[in-house]
Amino acid sequence: MKPVLETCDLAIGYSSPVRRRVAEHIAVQLWPGELVCLLGPNGAGKSTLLRTLARMQRPLAGQVRLQGEDMGQLKPRDLARRLSVVLTERVEVNRLTVAALVALGRYPYTEWSGQLSAADDKIIHWALQTVGIVELAHRSETELSDGERQKAMLARALAQEPTVLILDEPTAFLDLPRRVVIMNTLRRLAREGNYAILLSTHDLDLALRCADRIWLLPLQGAVQVGAPEDLVLTGALQSVFQSEGVEFDPYTGSFKLSQPTVGRVALSGDGLPRLWTERALERAGFCLDERTAAVRITVTVDTTGLLWWIDWDNSRLECRSLLELVARLTAGK
Amino acid sequence: MPITPYPISKSPLDSSAVWRATPGLRQFALLGLSIALLGAFLASLALGSVAIPLSEVITILQGGEPSQTSWLYIVLTLRLPRALTAILAGAALAVSGLQMQTLFRNPLAEPFILGISAGASLGVALVTLATGTVGALAGLGWFGHLGLTGAAISGAAVVMSLVWVIGRRIRHNTTLLILGLMFGYVASAIVSVLIHFGAPEQVQLYLNWTFGSFSNVNGQQLAVLATVVGVGLIIAYFLSKPLNALLLGEAYARSMGLSVTVARYWVIASAALLAGTTTAYCGPIAFLGIAVPHLCRALFRTADHRVLLPACLLLGGLLALLADCVARLPGSDISLPLNAVTALIGAPTVMWILLHQGQRVEPASA
Repeated sequence: MKPVLETCDLAIGYSSPVRRRVAEHIAVQLWPGELVCLLGPNGAGKSTLLRTLARMQRPLAGQVRLQGEDMGQLKPRDLARRLSVVLTERVEVNRLTVAALVALGRYPYTEWSGQLSAADDKIIHWALQTVGIVELAHRSETELSDGERQKAMLARALAQEPTVLILDEPTAFLDLPRRVVIMNTLRRLAREGNYAILLSTHDLDLALRCADRIWLLPLQGAVQVGAPEDLVLTGALQSVFQSEGVEFDPYTGSFKLSQPTVGRVALSGDGLPRLWTERALERAGFCLDERTAAVRITVTVDTTGLLWWIDWDNSRLECRSLLELVARLTAGK
Repeated sequence: MPITPYPISKSPLDSSAVWRATPGLRQFALLGLSIALLGAFLASLALGSVAIPLSEVITILQGGEPSQTSWLYIVLTLRLPRALTAILAGAALAVSGLQMQTLFRNPLAEPFILGISAGASLGVALVTLATGTVGALAGLGWFGHLGLTGAAISGAAVVMSLVWVIGRRIRHNTTLLILGLMFGYVASAIVSVLIHFGAPEQVQLYLNWTFGSFSNVNGQQLAVLATVVGVGLIIAYFLSKPLNALLLGEAYARSMGLSVTVARYWVIASAALLAGTTTAYCGPIAFLGIAVPHLCRALFRTADHRVLLPACLLLGGLLALLADCVARLPGSDISLPLNAVTALIGAPTVMWILLHQGQRVEPASA
């Protein structure tokens, strides 16, 4: 198997008004059937890299190869038949139905008048079906919710019958369930449709769960590539996302607010209540310490529901919610 | 449902058609517009300071002899060029307005957005206001108008060439839009200075040109107008597909294989031919160019330029004819400024249509 998209010593950035290299010596490969998430802090050049890979801006040096050919040499129509994009810019066109929007994906295939053939119709229908928005086909694009619009843009990209699909932050502006739906659809497209899919995201948690491979773009230095878990274990994710007040927690795979410890407590209890009590204590700045802490918190349950005891110096306080618990601990620290 | 790359086997029932728009209905609507245009055309030949029966008008058009010989002159020499000019101008302005609104993704864009009318105005102002020969020009009948027309064409062409040449270096349409506006401001400023120092009768002549009129075009000029507008419309027709792609913005259009820069040259060329020539012959006619595209989108409920282009062409011609009929105040010898009529009757109509379409009506694009 060969990579569908690869870069050789690529340097990306801007040549006007002043020449500015955002990143250089990029050597990455995108394989068919894989979902790759591009991660990196703001300003690392995620969008610049995606735009360069989609030939929406020129590389400052090096080459992008699409299916073994120099991308810079491809004719626009030829490129559009192999690679399609979903961008962050919000598209709102009055009187444009979802079906007509998706039909625009056939642009590189239709002749000069844009007349759709029966085969084009089938592909449009297939794209709508694959993304699960056949019932939206007649709706005006301006009436869609953010999630629906993103699906419509994805269907349009699919109607282009690409080999490579590049998406710039497809899950931005979406709530969690819709983010998961989009990522799931993309995963299925990669697995079952053998598309090579590259997307950028800020959603670290979801990326670590869904991506087959991660391209990690640090503010300085070379792109690091690996399975999500590899990058956690090597500490690459931690070092790239290290910044003031926030740190990547390799145990949970998500960001943690680093803040000064305000006190130490011991905790007894188990199951889900214990887990969320830990979260609440951590959020309030208390760290768990079984040996030296003077205060012990016990999670228990009685006939009316959950209940927390705070024990110290032979005194005991009873709390009925974590809100109350945190308030009392903070007040009495 | 598993995802398979296309092609996948499907029952014929399953494919397409379900969501397809109703092309039959649209063709019906286009046919209706054509009939209305034909009706308005005949009415504009029949109505005026002298009312001529429709049957006589048809006889004249077929080359026959009317019952009164003066009617022959009225219809063929006065009213026919005027009606044809109105249709051509209305179609040209509406189509170029549609192109500009899509190219700049701006619902307020109009044919003159790139300074075409400002350039033409400057040309006319230079001829009427800055030269002492204006009285002679005005007194020379058709020749005088030729002078004005020539000046308007030159002015529009100069501004358009500047925009075109500078547009090569510009990557983003918005920058181009602002540049066009700036050219317009400069041209308007020069016109203001000329008006300020102009003699009253010169200013009057200039103002008369800015009122707009379809009646200053003779047979020969009409041939030129028709040819240039025809070329502009043909270019526009071939641009339907690129314009559809541009609805999604330059970035998406590029990603679908459109050479945005090339398409932009052609769009500007087409709009410049259409709006520039019309302005030269008829004055800066406001309103049609901005309103007709919105009306067509509302009437045909589509953003597809393959439908909107013929729709704008027909509706633009129709509305220009109607505006001209009203401006002439049939049955009387006086006439109103054309620009006043297009806006006075047109603006409330558009407001009414847009408001009665309910909440869903929004600008062409955001």
